[in-house]
Amino acid sequence: MPTDLAIDVTGVTKRFGEKTVVNAIDLQVRRGEIYGFLGPNGSGKTTFIRMLCGLLTPDAGTGTCLGHDLLTEQAAIKRHVGYMTQRFSYYEDLSIRENLDFIARIYAVPDRPSAVQRSLERLGLANRSHQLAGELSGGWKQRLALAACLIHSPQLLLLDEPTAGVDPKARREFWDEIHQLAADGLTVLITTHYMDEAERCHRLGYIAYGSLLARGTLDEVLATARLVTWTVSGPDLRALADTLRGRPGVEQVVAFGNTLHVSGRDATKLEAAIAAVRDPRHEWQRIRSGLEDVFISLMDEAKDNFS
Amino acid sequence: MNRFNRHRLWAVVMKEFIQMKRDRVTFVMMIGIPLMQLLLFGFAINSDPRHLPAAVRAADQGPFARTLVQALRTSDYFALVREAGTEAEARRLLQLGEVQFVINIPEDFSRKLLRGERPTVLVEADATDPAATGPALAAVNALAGSVFNRDLPGPLARLQAKNGPVDFRIHAHYNPENITQYNVVPGLMGVVLTMTMVIITGLAITRERERGTMENLLATPVRPFEVMVGKILPYIAVGYIQMTLILVAARFLFNVPMVGSLPLLYAVSLIFIAANLAVGITFSTLARNQLQAVQMAFFFFLPSILLSGFMFPFRGMPPWAQAVGSCLPNTHFLRIVRGILLKGNGLSEIAPELWPLLLFVVVAMTIGVKRYRQTLD
Repeated sequence: MPTDLAIDVTGVTKRFGEKTVVNAIDLQVRRGEIYGFLGPNGSGKTTFIRMLCGLLTPDAGTGTCLGHDLLTEQAAIKRHVGYMTQRFSYYEDLSIRENLDFIARIYAVPDRPSAVQRSLERLGLANRSHQLAGELSGGWKQRLALAACLIHSPQLLLLDEPTAGVDPKARREFWDEIHQLAADGLTVLITTHYMDEAERCHRLGYIAYGSLLARGTLDEVLATARLVTWTVSGPDLRALADTLRGRPGVEQVVAFGNTLHVSGRDATKLEAAIAAVRDPRHEWQRIRSGLEDVFISLMDEAKDNFS
Repeated sequence: MNRFNRHRLWAVVMKEFIQMKRDRVTFVMMIGIPLMQLLLFGFAINSDPRHLPAAVRAADQGPFARTLVQALRTSDYFALVREAGTEAEARRLLQLGEVQFVINIPEDFSRKLLRGERPTVLVEADATDPAATGPALAAVNALAGSVFNRDLPGPLARLQAKNGPVDFRIHAHYNPENITQYNVVPGLMGVVLTMTMVIITGLAITRERERGTMENLLATPVRPFEVMVGKILPYIAVGYIQMTLILVAARFLFNVPMVGSLPLLYAVSLIFIAANLAVGITFSTLARNQLQAVQMAFFFFLPSILLSGFMFPFRGMPPWAQAVGSCLPNTHFLRIVRGILLKGNGLSEIAPELWPLLLFVVVAMTIGVKRYRQTLD
């Protein structure tokens, strides 16, 4: 049923001059879903989001956002989407209340004063409402930005790295809020670099070099990579890491505290490589690959394909 | 101990040069501003203006009158571009600013001259800018003694009276006392408006982009056009406040006469303000940050002050400089302001200066809005 999809786009492409920044991305996001968008810096996440909210026009591709055509109904999309930019982009020389009031006016929110008041209270900003936005700390700025992009009761929230530079407690609260909003029926597309945040999304997409490389639930994404990971603990791990690197089948050797994670896509080759360096002092154990291992592996793979 | 270290010093010097090279606009400004000043001050500006447009109203066409006209022409100060048939026509030419002088040769010029009665030649001058008319009027007086040396030989030489055979009467219109402030203070209005309108709009829009708030704004349903007009309107109000301040000062501090209609002046100024705002918008689409916007405004401001006729007589500049000056809105606005305040010009008299202003607004707005749209996608 197409009406169940908040975002339904195919082949979306954007070029800046010679460079293809977003390359034929297909994406379907269901209403009420929290969709995590991951990928390295410069992979095209922000450009893709800008096309979704009508800021940029795709060079190719078709699709709808909240049932409105991506190419021709940008104005309608803008009315029902809340977009939170990567950088804080409200007015630092306006107070919290003035910022919210301004945005509410632009969206022509009915009964503006009480809408602003509700929004202030909901996000716990009521007693700070006369403070200038420029004086707020990172966490509070993020709360203000979220309040501002929710003030017109959007149906879709596009969040571009909303938690960058925010402390863990504020991040936890932020995510609780997002889950609450999604439970109320809001669709959320969120980009992040934090793996723990990725695990809190209903579904994930991994983008690199402008292409969507993996998608699905957490388990599905982990399965696509077919990555095998072993962990090893014991003495002289540094020397062991140097020995393992570059051996056939070994694609990643990463230090995690007092253990090493050794991963590769070819399970037999990897086990052969490990067997060659077995040492009774070391304890080897096969574990489930983490999201981070999977993503780094996907990126390496993509690099081979695109360079 | 941390003593002076030349390697560290050199590191800072090198870094500074690299940054200087990267910041194109500043670099262009460092080279461009001195070049521009050199060209403008060195070649364009002339405080002894020659070839000023003049009209002759000759009621007497005799040989003596022709000699006089010829002498005026060869003096270099006058370019006799027009002939006026009637006094009214002559007056209108002055009012429109088409000529700066009208030379009236009376009907009985030759007869009186031969009789030794020292005929009167009335030289009417548009003295709104005393700096422009002063040297030419001085030349007229010098001319009086020598003009007929060749025409009155032998026995006629007796007609060469001690103070010359002709009596030149000078009538300085609009500013009979040659008060410089009458010219400068109304002119300031154009200069102040140019300065603030271009810089302020440039800054206001660039700031929005520099701080990232523009992206946020454009993700809302607000249309780019609404953003632009919404940003401009408050500054139009600022422009009018500035204008009023200058007018009040002109009236009560400098006693500048205000002959014409102030409502007309206020109405026409809107076009001028719009012209400068359009330039500001165009700059803001080119500038990457607020500093660059100010630097670009400076490039516009310099010719606006030097080539517009504000600081130096417009007609004293070489043709290329006059051509550049004619493209600047301030040039036309200055003539309008001076025309209305000092000459009492109405809409029909200022019309020739109005359409270039309108044309400028249309062109600058088109470029500005086009560029403004491009920066979004």
